[in-house]
Amino acid sequence: MMELIKRLLLLLLCSSTLKAQQFTSRNGYIGFFSGTPLEDIKAENKQVYVIIDTDKKQLAFTCLVKGFLFKKQLMQQHFNENYIESDQYPKASFLGSYTGDVTINKKGTYAIQVTGQLTLHGVTKTITAPATLVVNGQTLTGETMFKVNPADFNIAIPALVRDKIAKQIDVRVQAACNPK
Amino acid sequence: MKTLFTSFATSLVLLCSTANGQDNSMLDMLNDSLTATTPPMAVTSAFKATQIINMVTVEAVGKRTLQFIIMHRFGELSDGAYALFGLDNAEIRFGLDYGITRGISVGVGRSSLDKAYDANLKIKLLQQTPGRMPVSVSVYGLLTHTTFPLKNEKPFLNARLRTAYTSQLLIARKFNSRLSLQLSPTLLHFNLVPSLADKNTMAAMAAGGRFKVTKRISINAEYDWLFGNPVTSYKQYPSLSTGLDIETGGHVFQLVFTNSRGMTAPYYLAKTLGTWQKGNIYFGFNVSRVFNFNK
Repeated sequence: MMELIKRLLLLLLCSSTLKAQQFTSRNGYIGFFSGTPLEDIKAENKQVYVIIDTDKKQLAFTCLVKGFLFKKQLMQQHFNENYIESDQYPKASFLGSYTGDVTINKKGTYAIQVTGQLTLHGVTKTITAPATLVVNGQTLTGETMFKVNPADFNIAIPALVRDKIAKQIDVRVQAACNPK
Repeated sequence: MKTLFTSFATSLVLLCSTANGQDNSMLDMLNDSLTATTPPMAVTSAFKATQIINMVTVEAVGKRTLQFIIMHRFGELSDGAYALFGLDNAEIRFGLDYGITRGISVGVGRSSLDKAYDANLKIKLLQQTPGRMPVSVSVYGLLTHTTFPLKNEKPFLNARLRTAYTSQLLIARKFNSRLSLQLSPTLLHFNLVPSLADKNTMAAMAAGGRFKVTKRISINAEYDWLFGNPVTSYKQYPSLSTGLDIETGGHVFQLVFTNSRGMTAPYYLAKTLGTWQKGNIYFGFNVSRVFNFNK
């Protein structure tokens, strides 16, 4: 009898975790842009892994920083070698939660507020940004824009190129996720 | 009843721990799946410049990028104070290289030594990739053509005889973010050599590497030698060079010390007349600047 109750309890626990509604994507998008009068710097990564848990109101994404592609090859080289040091810190990731109500079985656009930890170049910082979640059929599309300051992430910019790199870099994240 | 209670308590603890641990487990799961499904990425930037000192590196100019390079060698240090340790006179080479695709580049250059023009083609064959390819390999072809004036005593010196060819296999490995080494087995062919005893075709090897001391500064060294004794009419020495790379945005400055006067393969491989022991050392620099034609 005891054994049975124990098992039932376990089953109950397991089922509650299984029920968690998770949406994932393996081809999320992160783009960043730095605009100065001297130079525009733009890069895109279209191999971002994203997970959104609508039950727990949590979300996470991760990507390889080498996956950021630049139009200018030398810029990409400098990004990897001198700034982001991708051999040493290969991944950029975010883990956070959101506030705001999303009805996953009702089509619509929901405004949410995301707060979490962004880890980049071996440094973790808290980021808070408004975002939207769009429910369309089975697909849950998340999108947000925020700014990061390279200095916050211990990315040193030499005086010689300081005028070519913006103090604040615009980052846009977008991912169309499907139920796991 | 006690067992029921304990099992309930453990379950509760488990539940709480999963709820707390959920955060990291979600990201861990993502990271695991990222690591498991992403193929290894190519190792790039074995060298900062297209030259280690004299020898060309496996690195090609980027796609739709034009590189302008000034290579400059002052006179011998052994010239002494009278000639300001060689700074009074200099040899120079201007070069333009253009990347057609990510792996194919073409270039032209002109050296003051022998008033020589050169043209080159570099094609990347293999790219170093962890677990798949241990080295990056390119082929490099260079044609050099001297234009010093036709002398009366050498009326035979036509265009063909002024030309030499260099074919190289560039084999490089980036061992880690600091250390990269390259070997370049080379075949040289001179259409004209000074005497019958000299060979027209000769095999050579160029070996070099870089060690990064900071993110933007590296120490380079290079040693080039000929196989056998193909040159008999003059004393040819192996070329030994050392240098310092300083990278600043679109420029790479290379400060060099070398015992070779010329800056293209036929010269530093087969016409190195000085030695370090006698102080036939040339101080100089390579400066490159890239221009992008991508939007």
